[in-house]
Amino acid sequence: MTPAVELNGIDKRFGQVHANRDVTLAIGKGSIHGIVGENGAGKSTLMSILFGFYHADKGDIRIDGRLIKIRSSADAIAHGIGMVHQHFMLVDPFTVLENVVLGAENGMLIGPALGKARGELERLARDYELDVDPDAVVGSLPVGLQQRVEILKALFRGAEVLILDEPTGVLTPNEADHLFRILGQLKDQGKTVILITHKLREIMAITDHVSVMRRGELVATRKTGDTTVEELAELMVGRRVLLRVKKGRANPGKTVLSVENLTVKDRQGVVRVNNVSFNVREGEIVGIAGVSGNGQSELLEAIAGMQKPASGRIMLEGRDLGAAGDPAEARGLGVAHVPEDRQHRGLVTSFDASESAILGWHHDSELGRGFRLDRAAVIARCKEGMEEFDVRPADPLLVSAKFSGGNQQKIILAREIGRDPKLLIVGQPTRGVDIGAVEFIHRRLIELRDQGKAIVLVSVELDEIRSLSDRILVMFDGAIMGERDVTADEAELGCLMAGVIREAA
Amino acid sequence: MASPRGELPAWVDVGLIPLLNLALALIVAGFVVVIIGESPLEALGILLNGAIGSLKGWGYLLYYATNFTFTGLAVAIAFHAGLFNIGGEGQVYIAGLGAGAVGIGLGFLPWPLALPLAILACMAFGAAWAFIPAYLQATRGSHIVITTIMFNYIAASTMVYIIINVFRPAGRMAVESREIANIAMPGFRQIGLWLGVKLPNTPLNVTVFLAIAAAWGLWYLLWRTRLGYEIRTVGANAEAAIYAGIKPGRIIIIAMLISGGLAGLMAVNEILGVQHRLVLEFAGGAGFVGIAVALMGRSHPVGVVLSAMLFGLLYQGGTELSFAKPAITRDMIVVIQGLVILFMGALEQAFRPWLVPLFLKREA
Amino acid sequence: METPALIPEILASSIRLSVPLIFACLAGLWSERSGVVDIGLEGKLLAGAFAAATAAYVFQSPWMGLFFALIVSVAMALIHGYASISQRGNQVISGVAINMLAAGLALVLGNRWFGEGGQTPPLPPEARFMPLTFSGFAALRDVPVVGWMTTVIAGHSLLAYVAFATVPLTAWALARTRFGLRLRAVGENPHAVDTAGISIAWLRYRAVIITGLLCGLGGAYLAISQSAGFIKDMSAGKGFIALAALIFANWRPFRALGACLLFGFLDAAAIRLQGMAMGGFTIPVQAVQALPYVLTVVLLAGFIGKSIPPRASGIPYVKDR
Repeated sequence: MTPAVELNGIDKRFGQVHANRDVTLAIGKGSIHGIVGENGAGKSTLMSILFGFYHADKGDIRIDGRLIKIRSSADAIAHGIGMVHQHFMLVDPFTVLENVVLGAENGMLIGPALGKARGELERLARDYELDVDPDAVVGSLPVGLQQRVEILKALFRGAEVLILDEPTGVLTPNEADHLFRILGQLKDQGKTVILITHKLREIMAITDHVSVMRRGELVATRKTGDTTVEELAELMVGRRVLLRVKKGRANPGKTVLSVENLTVKDRQGVVRVNNVSFNVREGEIVGIAGVSGNGQSELLEAIAGMQKPASGRIMLEGRDLGAAGDPAEARGLGVAHVPEDRQHRGLVTSFDASESAILGWHHDSELGRGFRLDRAAVIARCKEGMEEFDVRPADPLLVSAKFSGGNQQKIILAREIGRDPKLLIVGQPTRGVDIGAVEFIHRRLIELRDQGKAIVLVSVELDEIRSLSDRILVMFDGAIMGERDVTADEAELGCLMAGVIREAA
Repeated sequence: MASPRGELPAWVDVGLIPLLNLALALIVAGFVVVIIGESPLEALGILLNGAIGSLKGWGYLLYYATNFTFTGLAVAIAFHAGLFNIGGEGQVYIAGLGAGAVGIGLGFLPWPLALPLAILACMAFGAAWAFIPAYLQATRGSHIVITTIMFNYIAASTMVYIIINVFRPAGRMAVESREIANIAMPGFRQIGLWLGVKLPNTPLNVTVFLAIAAAWGLWYLLWRTRLGYEIRTVGANAEAAIYAGIKPGRIIIIAMLISGGLAGLMAVNEILGVQHRLVLEFAGGAGFVGIAVALMGRSHPVGVVLSAMLFGLLYQGGTELSFAKPAITRDMIVVIQGLVILFMGALEQAFRPWLVPLFLKREA
Repeated sequence: METPALIPEILASSIRLSVPLIFACLAGLWSERSGVVDIGLEGKLLAGAFAAATAAYVFQSPWMGLFFALIVSVAMALIHGYASISQRGNQVISGVAINMLAAGLALVLGNRWFGEGGQTPPLPPEARFMPLTFSGFAALRDVPVVGWMTTVIAGHSLLAYVAFATVPLTAWALARTRFGLRLRAVGENPHAVDTAGISIAWLRYRAVIITGLLCGLGGAYLAISQSAGFIKDMSAGKGFIALAALIFANWRPFRALGACLLFGFLDAAAIRLQGMAMGGFTIPVQAVQALPYVLTVVLLAGFIGKSIPPRASGIPYVKDR
């Protein structure tokens, strides 16, 4: 049978990043096909190309065997492709009907279109269990219902192929189950569903086939029934040849950081860190593994003082960090923070390196008397850090944006480590960093540990976690799934990261 | 207000693009001159000669530049904090109250005491007028652009009322206060007389040195103090500022207070240096010129001073031009000003695609 | 007694004074609902007024005046549109620039062409939109209540009635047409529009053109209907008051009408209440003049309910990655 969708040799670069490498994939009609992979694996890029958001550099697309050109979302929609995005593309003040009809009004006046849509929605609700009140204002709907509106939008435009990008990230388990029932109905009616996710449980539950992507490549395609969670996890996470840094045994001392029942909510009030407790001792590295978006960022920010916790305590050597919610105070107490987003948080890209090198520490008395900032002292400190950390070029006057990712990271590390902190919290230290710098940064972190510092490391790179950590905590959906030591194998960690707790063997 | 500048060398950014924008503005203005039926080149000649062709011209040029430096610096520091202070006009106006209050109310004090007091009062009143919009922006998210525009209008009404009802001597028809006799910023002509040198009669007075000091002071604040560092960080990247433990709300208010204070110094020039009394509408649009000056000068004090002089040249030359060619009124300068703001502020990116291929180093 | 006769007069005056506000306010509404901030309403009003007065004088026809007002205002709107939409420039700065350009050009050209310090020559009634008289109503004037109403409602110029008509027209267009739906969508969440395969730029350009048209109408009203020619600084901040009214009205058409009428009333009252004593305290005319601006600040501070602008207002659209 002709596949519903064929992607042949899709290749796409964004500057240096090779997002999709020669991806070839065929998706059968009337099936639910899952695409799994870690963040940055290229799944979203691939589907964005299919939906006309980006143009592939190379390769072509066939729908039902016909070669087609997709120049924009309008083309994709015209060819029966619909997409439910991870971040909803809805107009909050509009009603459900108005959102569904947007773009498919079929005429100058929307009155008739709304009437027709109402009828359509009733039919779709019957056929697929997509019940929503057509006159409800979308902004007031719970997230699960909002997602249904997104699906309805696609179906209303006659989508035969429906792409869902990480649909259950914002759903409760009940809502997720309902979604799966809906997808099942769609499949029964002959629609093709492509499900992008990193959650292996879902894949096993509802897909017929699953493709694994890793670092822009399509690594494997399996029939879901013929594979297991472990196999998928291993394929997802992969084996990478990375110089493992020599690491002696840890010699942990007293507890430095104690996180107790920490709950952090985001601005919308959604719980991002769910009752998390753990502690970190002197001279050890605690690695927090997990796919990005499972609460690690919020956890780091709370410890750094950038976010006030909703409840729980963050105790640093007996002092409660969380109460004030003030990064300056956290720094004063001996916390150093290498942020995940170095471009937007860790540096000011328009400042020169010397000014980025004092970000957060500009009140240090060595940098000037009173209200003054001694330029010479600032430059000298930057130069010192640059030499110690082998930043290239070692030019304090060069604008921060001009340094490579690795060197930017080294500037930040020099800055944070240079203050001799008690606790260092680090997020994604080697993201976008070249191999040579990676090794350097890893060695420095181990050195710090050996000097008796407490380090919390957050990384989506499982290799990095395993390479550096003395203890590994895995976060999923805001909670700690489990703690393992260094000897845990990848597959097991991968399962935990994907929310699957295996029974003890 | 930071724009991505990675690709072009600094001198292009700071020097070439503003000059290109100015050239473009002049060319468009030239078209208008043609429509009026005059020769653009001739007009340009008269303008330049009127401004820099005589000592008197220079005197006026520097006097204007003094005003524009203050208002330009005011807009510049706000830009550094990521804010757009359009309220300079109102802040200057209200600052006049400071001069009036000290000059008339405390006129009995000896001038070495009263003059600095008056200067401080001008700064304080200007800052106070900037405070409410700043506070509302920082705490309630009220858009500072609109609130400052509103405060310009409120200032106009308020000052009319105050001048008429508080400052105007009984029986006087003109809407102005009585003379501020005791406190004055000596004019250059006056200084010339003391030194036995004959200088032309221009409004130029010693406030010009205050302007230079203010420019230096702003430079020092922004690049050599911790507060300045925090201000620039908030303006460049508010998230990084939070990461660094800086509180953006507090910084916004401080920056706007300084901004209002700088604008307020213009009242020193106009009221204590030139008019010697509180008059209506003495700001005369300088608050808006400050926007053009700050944009052209890329919000750097040196750039602001140079741009202020440039606009001083345009205003003085424009005045002379309007005498020589009555068809081209002074408002022509407002047109040029508007064009400069349009090109520098809103169409800033327009030139880059053309320039990048010229200047980008080729990868080996 | 004076007061009863005063009230319908003030009301009629309010309506007349609110007309340019209504035009400018709706103009701003169309622009901002599509996500483009427009501080340049003032400049477009002024430019439109000047163009109307000039053309009406040259051609001795109010329709030519209106025509040129529309052209000039739309041209300025397109400059702002180009800077804001295609060049993704700073929309506030662009608006400020437009205001300056309009003010400067009107004076320079006005002085050159007419030489009267920026004014245009006075227009004869044939070249203006004079108040429309309905013969039947004159007879009703002395009838008690109805007489009041006719004083208030009748006797305005054509453009005034057009202004009032644009309010329900705008409301209807926004709510019931495809264009209106898409426009409202692009002002709230342009991504939703983009993924539906609709061109954001084209939508916004059309909104900006409508803004130009409405400002042109407002300017024409000022110069060739309310007055008999262009006077320097004729718009006197009405463009900004209209902006304030727009915020006050929470960006909704009928509320905008209400806000503009309110501000028009304040204006009319100010003229009449000038210097009037109230409980032993003379109301300074400046206080009433400043009232619309103070009200706006109070509103923006969140003291009179929440002002919720279109979510995408002022943010140039960039395809995310």
